[in-house]
Amino acid sequence: MVKKPKSLLAYFYSFFQQVGEVSLLLSKVLKNMFKKPWERKVFIQQLEEIGVRSLPLVSLTAAFVGLAFGLHTYVSFHRYIGPGSEAYGGPMLSLGLTKEFIPILVGIMVTGRVGSAIAAEIGTMKITEQIDALFSLGADPTRYLVVPRVLACIIMLPCLTMYGDIIGIAGGFFYNVYIMGVNRVLYIRSTVHFVELWDIAGGLIKAAVFGVIIALIGCWQGLRAEGGAEGVGKATTKTVVIASISILIVNFFLSKALPSI
Amino acid sequence: MIRIVDLHKAFGRKKVLQGVNLDLKQGETLAVIGQSGSGKSVLIKHIIGILRPDKGQIFVDGVEITSLKDDELHKIIRRFGMLFQGVALFDSMTVAQNVGFGLERYTDFSKERIQELVVESLDKVGLKGCERLMPQELSGGMRKRVGLARAIAYRPDIILYDEPSTGIDPIRADAINDLINMMKREMNVSTIVITHDIVSAYKVADRIAMLYEGKIVEAAAPEEIRNSKNPVIQQFIHGRAKGPIKNW
Repeated sequence: MVKKPKSLLAYFYSFFQQVGEVSLLLSKVLKNMFKKPWERKVFIQQLEEIGVRSLPLVSLTAAFVGLAFGLHTYVSFHRYIGPGSEAYGGPMLSLGLTKEFIPILVGIMVTGRVGSAIAAEIGTMKITEQIDALFSLGADPTRYLVVPRVLACIIMLPCLTMYGDIIGIAGGFFYNVYIMGVNRVLYIRSTVHFVELWDIAGGLIKAAVFGVIIALIGCWQGLRAEGGAEGVGKATTKTVVIASISILIVNFFLSKALPSI
Repeated sequence: MIRIVDLHKAFGRKKVLQGVNLDLKQGETLAVIGQSGSGKSVLIKHIIGILRPDKGQIFVDGVEITSLKDDELHKIIRRFGMLFQGVALFDSMTVAQNVGFGLERYTDFSKERIQELVVESLDKVGLKGCERLMPQELSGGMRKRVGLARAIAYRPDIILYDEPSTGIDPIRADAINDLINMMKREMNVSTIVITHDIVSAYKVADRIAMLYEGKIVEAAAPEEIRNSKNPVIQQFIHGRAKGPIKNW
């Protein structure tokens, strides 16, 4: 049988209903964040899972983005400003990476690796009644499952971003200085002169917000999974799509809101 | 001990419970029978507070639990142990961690005392020595027994079994029935068993209640159920395809 297409009103209704569900989950997280007992063991596990195990992925991503961005700043300066000006690409590369590219890429990479895993794990727990079992054994599912993941993401995303900033900037530096022969001292001096601490901090604030988005959407999708393996599959896919799009949209508004000059 | 009054629950347009009235006395074993999808598990999840009703009340020793906040509710449901239909062991934990989970949350016992109680509970279900195994390494029957050990570890006084004999062979199912009877004898617990296995219900229950179309159609001693004149009950206990029960 062919499915009847949803009306526009139904789409709006469904959208606001889902926004409501996420907001409700966020309020539960905030309410439970400071309540005892703290799930320290789960929290530490999540720090490792989200942070430490994402390092290889972030390293590769940041290194190659840094290299590619280094290539383009070199070409741009060389072509449009003139030979000898390439060393001034350093600040542009560093600002671009720390303020926009690395937070976004780390956010999207962690969404793919961690957000989907959160949705799959919690979704599987939901359909196999493990969440009901948690409740019956005295553990609040929000406090036990959601709060540690949200906190771990808030802490680890900025750490990964900071790490990605270093790798990315090093990648750009390597390309310009060691491959293209740009003046090393001038490159470093101009970068240090123009890049401020706030530029890096802005990227880290964004990363923390992305952390909330990833954990919250992963947990939300996991908790509403139903219907067996297919339901878990849908939850993971939706997590990646919704969280990635949310990161891109929120990034723009954060870029506008955070002081940049 | 437990009194359910006019319980209603719907999921969307599907009305699952439509005015369930039922009670459980101290030390009694009550089996709730009914078709698959008749709302038995939904009923038991209301008793333990996992689901909240649309209408109706549940009293546990006079305390109405459906309107309690989660923190207050946990003080009441600490008295319940539950064996879930799919057992619901935590995949990422060992057998010992699974069994000790409720003890860690519901008691202030030391790690050593918890360990002792875990071993004792596993011993009760015949699984001593399996503490370090992971749930994936267990057979269906063993998983059920670990689930039971987890449910009894913190010494609840009410145990709820959701389809304890489903998914295992008849011999293991009978062994589970023996365990249910043993728990009742040794721990003097009150028990609700949700099942569609009528043989199992006869073996463990002091009283059998049949849930049909969202209501309890009859609740009586096993012998009375066996001789009931209600055609719905007769069709169900004899497993006949023809009769008043038609919705598949």
